[in-house]
Amino acid sequence: MLDENKPRKKPLVQVKNLKMHFPIYRGILKRQVGAIKAVDGISFDIFEGETLGLVGESGCGKSTVGRCVLRLYEVTDGSIDINGTDIATLSGVELRAKRPEMQMIFQDPQASLNPRMTVGSIISEPLDEHMIMTRDEKRERVGELMDAVGLARRFADRYPHEFSGGQRQRIGIARALALNPKFIVCDEPIAALDVSIQAQVVNLLEDLQQKFGLTYLFISHDLSMVRHLATRVAVMYLGRLVELGDAETLYMTPRHPYTQALLSAVPHPDPAQAGNIERIILKGDVPSPANPPPGCTFSTRCPRAQAKCKQDSPKWREIGEGHFAACHFIE
Amino acid sequence: MKDTNAAILDVVNLKTVFSTRDGEVHAVNNVSFSLKPGELLGIVGESGSGKSVTMMSLLKLLPMPPAEIRSGVIEFDGQDIRQISDEELRRIRGGEIGFIFQDPMTSLNPVFTVGFQLVEPLRVHMGLSRKAAKKRAAELLELVGIPDAPARLKDFPHQFSGGMRQRVMIAIALACDPKVLIADEPTTALDVTIQAQILELIKELRQKLGMAIVWITHDLGVIAEIADRVAVMYAGQIVEHAEVKELFANPQHPYTRALLETLPKMNEARGTRLASIDGQPPNLDHTPVSCEFSPRCPYAFERCRKENPQRREISSAHDVACFWDFTSGGPFDA
Repeated sequence: MLDENKPRKKPLVQVKNLKMHFPIYRGILKRQVGAIKAVDGISFDIFEGETLGLVGESGCGKSTVGRCVLRLYEVTDGSIDINGTDIATLSGVELRAKRPEMQMIFQDPQASLNPRMTVGSIISEPLDEHMIMTRDEKRERVGELMDAVGLARRFADRYPHEFSGGQRQRIGIARALALNPKFIVCDEPIAALDVSIQAQVVNLLEDLQQKFGLTYLFISHDLSMVRHLATRVAVMYLGRLVELGDAETLYMTPRHPYTQALLSAVPHPDPAQAGNIERIILKGDVPSPANPPPGCTFSTRCPRAQAKCKQDSPKWREIGEGHFAACHFIE
Repeated sequence: MKDTNAAILDVVNLKTVFSTRDGEVHAVNNVSFSLKPGELLGIVGESGSGKSVTMMSLLKLLPMPPAEIRSGVIEFDGQDIRQISDEELRRIRGGEIGFIFQDPMTSLNPVFTVGFQLVEPLRVHMGLSRKAAKKRAAELLELVGIPDAPARLKDFPHQFSGGMRQRVMIAIALACDPKVLIADEPTTALDVTIQAQILELIKELRQKLGMAIVWITHDLGVIAEIADRVAVMYAGQIVEHAEVKELFANPQHPYTRALLETLPKMNEARGTRLASIDGQPPNLDHTPVSCEFSPRCPYAFERCRKENPQRREISSAHDVACFWDFTSGGPFDA
């Protein structure tokens, strides 16, 4: 390290030039006629112990990124380095050995829990798969996990349908924690919950991060919740990152026109201010990722777009300390 | 609490009950509100608080049975909707009262073109000819900001994006110049940038057309932006009702206060812990005999567990159903 006083944080996850293209097949011969470029060349780091928020509109590819990072999809191109190993190229056996380090919390707590399994068996399934433990040890571990997420141990023999949405999400969190992971991808974990329950789950995620030193990739479309939770935030648009920076800086002084429009669109729960907020209303919809516009993908909706934007794709570059953006017109 | 100041819609003590295998579910309990012409009333509450059922009850859009409107008066434009014939009710539905549903994907018919679905109410309610209806349909699509409107009438719902589909829904609801528009979570399924477009559109249409709107949502941010008055629902009852600025500046029900506190602020420092409401919303399997919020309420005392508080007025346009008085910091004496 050059600067002794300022120790650089260590990246736990390093994603480089990640691409995920889903082929489109047509006709009797099922020939490939194109590809949906769900993720088209993105790079970012996640430092140990931090929460990286990933925001964007639906269909921009944020969930696909989350799944690629855990290699739930076979990525088209790029490398994903988690704790020193590039998981994009690991063989099945090696990948399986790596799985305990990285886990996921899913959006829909109803769909991600098997309705025919008891809560106890859902939480202990990862233990069955990856650990050699006696039945008593497993029961003890399940009990610990249920304590950690705030579920009473006596519920272990119940089924998911007997729980409310917030409690089901707690079951999903307990399952993700079972193998002491370092890194957890949270894919819209609160989107399906009511406002008053959202706060409970977010507080739980924060407590667990503190307690177990977890690193999160927090995917969400709820910009105010991401601001609350994330250390750094990445903004995605149509398969690419448009801006990434420290949460505070990004929310206070967004630089990319898309980030500016996105942040200005969030309604403020304060009617006294409702008239004073300058709002950038974007025209039109997000273009199809099967046929993205040439040049800058945001150029079709950008209020500042010029001829150049429709031809050249802007480079992803550092515009301030730890602050990245992809736009021709940022100094 | 009957407001006779020329209300276009006046609902008094509405009670809707569902019969299920496991007994009755009291989804709406003594809900009263009124709506003046040109006004936007916001209804906020969590899922299961009875917001949608209240509105569906107004037009008998619920399957009956299992649903049953047990009591109440629903007065629309001087006539009691509960007493009129099905024939007349059909005239009001989609004609004088327009309805926008939450999910634009499932509330449009996928096998008919958008044009067909727009023309239908115009022909039925307004008695327009095929040609006139088509022309009006194109105008409506243009009104809600769909580019190239005449050509898009031939498209099917799946050919529109989510935001565009919601615009089509709004166009259908507006087709017959309704006096009242009921919007049931119209922007919940949409992205923020599209939501901002729709909110702008509604503000603009209100100025142009001057109809009264009931806007159901769970998003307090949206309410702050567009509503004139707000009613907060919890467990099938209205617990607080006030003008929008008053409600946000001076919330009087512990539930409203807690709801406002659970919201993360866009301009707040990171690291502060979110306030959360502990516990779960109640089961609605009985008529309320105590305050339904009392098990989750930090201010609850003896009386809250024995008696269901009725709405009481604190100031001219602000009422709350709670025994606790925040101004004196003690129980309210009747």
